[in-house]
Amino acid sequence: MDPLPQRIETLEDLEIDLLLEGLFRHYGYDFRQYARSSLRRRLWRRVYAEGLDSLSGLQERVLHDPAAMDRLLLDLSVNVTSMFRDPTFYAAVRSQVVPLLRTYPFVRIWNAGCSSGEETYSLAILLLEEGLYERTRIYATDINEAVLDLARAGSFPADKLPEYRTNYIESGGRDDFARYHVVVGDRVRFRRSLRENIVFAQHNLASDRSFNEFHLIICRNVLIYFAPPLQDRVHELFHESLVRLGVLALGHKESVRFTSFEDRYEELNGRERLWRKVR
Amino acid sequence: MRPSLVAIGASWGGTTALRTVLRGLRDSFDTPIVVVLHRAARSNDELLERMLGDGVERTVCEADDKTPLTPACVFVAPADYHLLVEDGRLALSTDAPVNFSRPSIDVLFESAADAYGAGLVAVVLTGSNDDGAAGVRRVLERGGRVVVQDPAGAERAEMPNAAIAAAGGAADVVPLDRIAEHLLGMVGAPR
Repeated sequence: MDPLPQRIETLEDLEIDLLLEGLFRHYGYDFRQYARSSLRRRLWRRVYAEGLDSLSGLQERVLHDPAAMDRLLLDLSVNVTSMFRDPTFYAAVRSQVVPLLRTYPFVRIWNAGCSSGEETYSLAILLLEEGLYERTRIYATDINEAVLDLARAGSFPADKLPEYRTNYIESGGRDDFARYHVVVGDRVRFRRSLRENIVFAQHNLASDRSFNEFHLIICRNVLIYFAPPLQDRVHELFHESLVRLGVLALGHKESVRFTSFEDRYEELNGRERLWRKVR
Repeated sequence: MRPSLVAIGASWGGTTALRTVLRGLRDSFDTPIVVVLHRAARSNDELLERMLGDGVERTVCEADDKTPLTPACVFVAPADYHLLVEDGRLALSTDAPVNFSRPSIDVLFESAADAYGAGLVAVVLTGSNDDGAAGVRRVLERGGRVVVQDPAGAERAEMPNAAIAAAGGAADVVPLDRIAEHLLGMVGAPR
């Protein structure tokens, strides 16, 4: 039996190739190595939202209308997340990663693909409660400047509050969640002190270089949108950006297996997908 | 054409139905299987994998992102993720739910149809919604085949009925206890 499918080259594949090539050459955004299956769904969603009926039509629109490009960029780069998503992950960070971070006089953390900041603020709260936040700097990066503005504002819809509070408690939160925010109308805003040691900055995992050396890199459910060659590139970037014995944290269904960097890490917590750089 | 991938979608009553199908498949059935079973966002993946694997000759394997689609495995979409396939590997996404579902059967079927074309067999089991129907249309457009559990004996008939309607007569409608045999026939495996 042939284990690999015969790749079916369709007109749609060609249209996607041309559109992605256009985005790269005209705007510099490189989605050519994104996982094609989920990218295709996101592109079609934008086709319909623009009132169009083909991928070629979308190509024409975004190449001539930068505002349409901004809307497409949001569709292609925003990752759905919530505060303390996967509470068991944050519990493991508390019990297994925090003790390692304590050994450093000053802690640098990279939250790669931070989207609108839910993960970043969750981390800040956790570090604050562990007494580590004062000597930590969190570099939170995303490809998309518009979502970074949301993250900087540090606010989210109030209807999310019950879910976030439950997650917080299940993750081992030690305080009253309400201590960290104020409700303003239908929005919830985090206290300013919470973002004092966070630097939000634009960074493109597909094309930018390493910018510092970190003790912990958190990148959850971002690499799932990348095809294997791009995943490998990003793993190289992470590997060179981690101190020796630094920790890499991925999403619950992501792994360093199936990458060229598998043998550079040692499992710290298999279930929670925490790895330690050993070489 | 001998199938190179089987994609199964199931919802209400799906755990029992899935076990019936998987138990009927001998070791000689070497085509990889990917499964979407609707369930709560925070349900336990490991427990489900153990339940489905019980009494089944083929291994139920963890569906990590970009896992190669090895013939020996049954891959079940993790709770709260969409499962897609491409280039002989699994691909996950946390995009918004489709048909109120994450994982969604349409998302799996459509991506599998794009990647495998005529090499795909899509199977729709019991369920009380119409997830999978749009996917069935794409599977047929790309030359794949569709098998639907006979709604007459299904715990819930809505999902099979929607798939049969979407297929417009092109689906094989098969009673649950004969689906495994039907699939074995398609790959030409000894029964």
